[in-house]
Amino acid sequence: MMVALTAARRAMLALVFAVAPLLQAAAQSDPAPSAAPQTVLVPPAGVDSVLDARVKTVASRLRCPVCQGESIQDSPAELSAQMRLLVREQLATGRTESQVFDYFVQKYGQWILLEPRAEGINLLVYWLPILFLVLGSVGLMMAVKKWTRPATIAD
Amino acid sequence: MNWKRAALTTALVGGPVIALLAYGMTRDPREIPSPLPGHLAPVFTGAVFAPGNDDGLRLAVGDTVRLAEHRGRVVVVNFWASWCLACRTEHQALSTVARNYAPQGVKFFGMLYNDETPNGVNWIEQMGGQAYPALSDPGARTAIDYGLYGVPETFVVDQRGFVAKKFVGPVEAGEMSKLLDSLLLTTGAPNASTNAVAPVPKSLPSADTKR
Amino acid sequence: MTRILGLAAIWVALAMAVGGIVLSIVGLTRKKPALVQSAFQTIYVTFALLSLAVGAMIYALVTHDFSVGYVAQVGSRSTPTFYTVISLWGALEGSILFWGWVLAMYSAVVVWSNRHRPGGLVPWSGATLQLICLFFFILLVGPANPWHLVSPTPLDGPGPNPLLQNHILMGVHPPLLYLGYVGMSVPFSFAIGALLAGEIHSADWIVLTRRWTLSAWALLSMAIIAGMWWSYEVLGWGGYWAWDPVENASFMPWLTATAFLHSVMVQERRGMLKLWNVNLIVSTFLLTILGTFLTRSGIISSVHAFTTGTIGYYFLGFIAVCLVASLILVAGNSEGLRSEGHLDAAASRETVFLFNNLFLTGFTFVVVLGTLFPLVAEAFKGVKVTVGAPFFNKMTIPICVALLFLMGVGPALPWKVATQQQLKKMFVLPSVVTAVIIVLSLVFGMRDPYAIGAFAFAGFALTSNVREYVVGAMARVRAHGEVFPVALVRLVAANRRRYGGYLAHMGIIMVAAAITASSSFRYEREATLKPGQIMPIKGDLSVRLKQLWGRDEPQREVVGADVEILNGMNVIGMLDPRMNFYKSQDQPVPTPAVRSRPSGDVYINLMAYTPDGQSATLRVIVEPFVPWIWFGGLVVALGAMISSWPTSRREPKSVPYVTTRAVPVGVPEPAFGNAGISTATPSSLPPHTS
Repeated sequence: MMVALTAARRAMLALVFAVAPLLQAAAQSDPAPSAAPQTVLVPPAGVDSVLDARVKTVASRLRCPVCQGESIQDSPAELSAQMRLLVREQLATGRTESQVFDYFVQKYGQWILLEPRAEGINLLVYWLPILFLVLGSVGLMMAVKKWTRPATIAD
Repeated sequence: MNWKRAALTTALVGGPVIALLAYGMTRDPREIPSPLPGHLAPVFTGAVFAPGNDDGLRLAVGDTVRLAEHRGRVVVVNFWASWCLACRTEHQALSTVARNYAPQGVKFFGMLYNDETPNGVNWIEQMGGQAYPALSDPGARTAIDYGLYGVPETFVVDQRGFVAKKFVGPVEAGEMSKLLDSLLLTTGAPNASTNAVAPVPKSLPSADTKR
Repeated sequence: MTRILGLAAIWVALAMAVGGIVLSIVGLTRKKPALVQSAFQTIYVTFALLSLAVGAMIYALVTHDFSVGYVAQVGSRSTPTFYTVISLWGALEGSILFWGWVLAMYSAVVVWSNRHRPGGLVPWSGATLQLICLFFFILLVGPANPWHLVSPTPLDGPGPNPLLQNHILMGVHPPLLYLGYVGMSVPFSFAIGALLAGEIHSADWIVLTRRWTLSAWALLSMAIIAGMWWSYEVLGWGGYWAWDPVENASFMPWLTATAFLHSVMVQERRGMLKLWNVNLIVSTFLLTILGTFLTRSGIISSVHAFTTGTIGYYFLGFIAVCLVASLILVAGNSEGLRSEGHLDAAASRETVFLFNNLFLTGFTFVVVLGTLFPLVAEAFKGVKVTVGAPFFNKMTIPICVALLFLMGVGPALPWKVATQQQLKKMFVLPSVVTAVIIVLSLVFGMRDPYAIGAFAFAGFALTSNVREYVVGAMARVRAHGEVFPVALVRLVAANRRRYGGYLAHMGIIMVAAAITASSSFRYEREATLKPGQIMPIKGDLSVRLKQLWGRDEPQREVVGADVEILNGMNVIGMLDPRMNFYKSQDQPVPTPAVRSRPSGDVYINLMAYTPDGQSATLRVIVEPFVPWIWFGGLVVALGAMISSWPTSRREPKSVPYVTTRAVPVGVPEPAFGNAGISTATPSSLPPHTS
């Protein structure tokens, strides 16, 4: 007995829109019992695959509001699919990636970005580790030098 | 055993770490403040799928509601879904407050979130009817425009079109009434925030154009 | 009855722990060995009691005794028995009980296997372990009490979290994780014990500590890989690591433990880095407690977060106590731990280990900072930010590439000093391999510098490590006339620590290369199909939806799609991704279906379907080489096992019972040549067997 998924139809409609182009249409097919076409027809390749890549890039850096830390690219939630579609439309109408991010930040706050913007206090989380490693390497090289010098009277 | 060094190190290293973790205990990571309050409420267009039975608007199924048309009135937008348990808790309160404040021109609208309109209609019937109309939001465009994290969430828009407050979770009648009272009292500008967030440029498509 | 038994066992264990600690302290300070022996007895009894408690809980779960609070929370008559048993660790209270049991077990084994060792180390370490046990027992009778009475007794329960009922790996990952994670308490207790016993300057305790760290590390490594595998097979997004706080929690101590396993060798050979090593050991343990705190306190939202309550405050208190005590002890004794650093040459294995430690520590720092930064931002700016996967990937991938490089340099360089000649000889072949890989990568169209770097250095490191085996075996062939395979086996047997380590390296390289490959060459397609329709994926690969089906199972309703995998027109496999509808959940739990082959996986997720069964939306992901991640984990564990396999060499001389004064700084440490470490010989000479 099947159980209906609420809004399943809507989700699927949205997903058909987002479906990526085929690399090649499969021409021949098994004799199949149903009369339905053997291959799924989807928008042809070309502009779409570039758009797809941009959508994926943006969607991978937006956080799903109803999940635990997943991006809207990875999340199976319906809201994620809807947000992906919105991203796609915005990019298709000429907005830049940065503008798309701005839009979501205006609506959801900084929290919606999976990676904090490199400004203000957020610079700490980027620069502290870099400083640690750079200064650490320099310090270590100096220490190795010191430790390998021949023993002097003071040692 | 160098006690001085021990004490110093403990204070310098242990102090900040424990302080930070203790601070963390006072915070709730799931509570995300919304950037909307104090800014212009995103305009929306919604199709009515269940007319309100007591709101004076006399809308029919299929009619379109535009937020822009209600400038000058206080508007309450409640996002809900038939699968949302908490939405049941607040339904009575919302309907009652809607009925009470309708004479003063306050408009309530229910916005369906990620659900099928037939389910919404059934749910309203089960709940004994609703004083205000229910609108559909295909593709969750309005929901995303309002930065929805889940349901129920309720936004109160003042007469100038600014978002006065966002309620997360079931709304209490008392709280809502108090807020509406204070908004209706102020005739001039309510708290327009001076937050420096750039408004959405006019050249960009707004959320309700694409279907 | 079961309930009373279980609860009583915990209370008695708590009393035992208190008693044992008191006995240890009195026995050690008043020099009464009998009291110390009694303290040991309490540790054994505690383990027996916890075993009883766990047994009682499992019994209660399996017999569906819903009067027991925990069973009422996670039990259900419709859950299959396997998942009922493993629900022991599925929710907070049970997981704390399981933790307590593992900790009690480690305490008993540690003390029992060292019971004849004279000196204060074992009693003090035992007391430390008992103190940690005491904390967990307090939790078990307090906020994490699984035994509270549910009255009236319910007829049935909601069952475990649906995500935890979908895969058998749920029976593998948590036990491994607890064994590894809790196992890090042992080195910590040795460090604290040595500090308290005044033995921190002797070489004894570090040898003991190293062995226990190695075994806990091996278990933790396997646990992390198993966790990745579970998440990959169950969660449906086709990934295996999301930098979720709970994943970071298990990873941070692993990083510091790995650093320790390397830097301890520098301490053994040169007497350097003593303070550093103590810090690493203590940090590893503190990170385990921090990690547990993060996932159980609710201060950071995570996929894994258990239900929160007051338990966070208990953990906060415990962290504070451990942190303060550790800082006082270590900082207070730090002067005595400092020793003059002296290296023979910059081009030596020691130097490589120093840089290895720097990078591993840097790695740990990135993960800790990233995990805690949302709190910092909120504390100082009042704004909520997310530090997610893109940040961690960006910051850690360069470090990983650098570590891969070091993994190739370290094994090749000898201890102390390498001559120019040696360097040339050792690095020619690996460098050639590196260059070839870079060229091939570019030819194949790869453009991401880090991915190319990862492959290149993986090749470099693999060549270098394999070369060590080959060169060593060949030397034996020449020296002893053995056949190559025999020479190989004997080589490893004679130098288990070293060659086990190289094998572990190869496991890590496999994991790193597989991760790089699967993310660089991953391919994804999504489409809505009607039954009979085909979705082409890539090249000859396509999938065909055969049908949608539904069925009722006792604990859930399942909707599945039968999907055929086609190569050209041939059916080469069949998968059945599903959606599981549990009564206790609003949203369905999708279960992806995965077809694994050495060359990679085909991963299918059922995203949506129509109730009439006439269409289904499938997301198909091609993940190359993913099974090598899991296999690499096994290799790492095997390498660690070989490395820790005990030899018949005698133990070093023990410290007399009455605690002595610290060894004065400046006295040279004995060159520590046992347990399979060969003293520095250039790789071209045959290693000596004894």
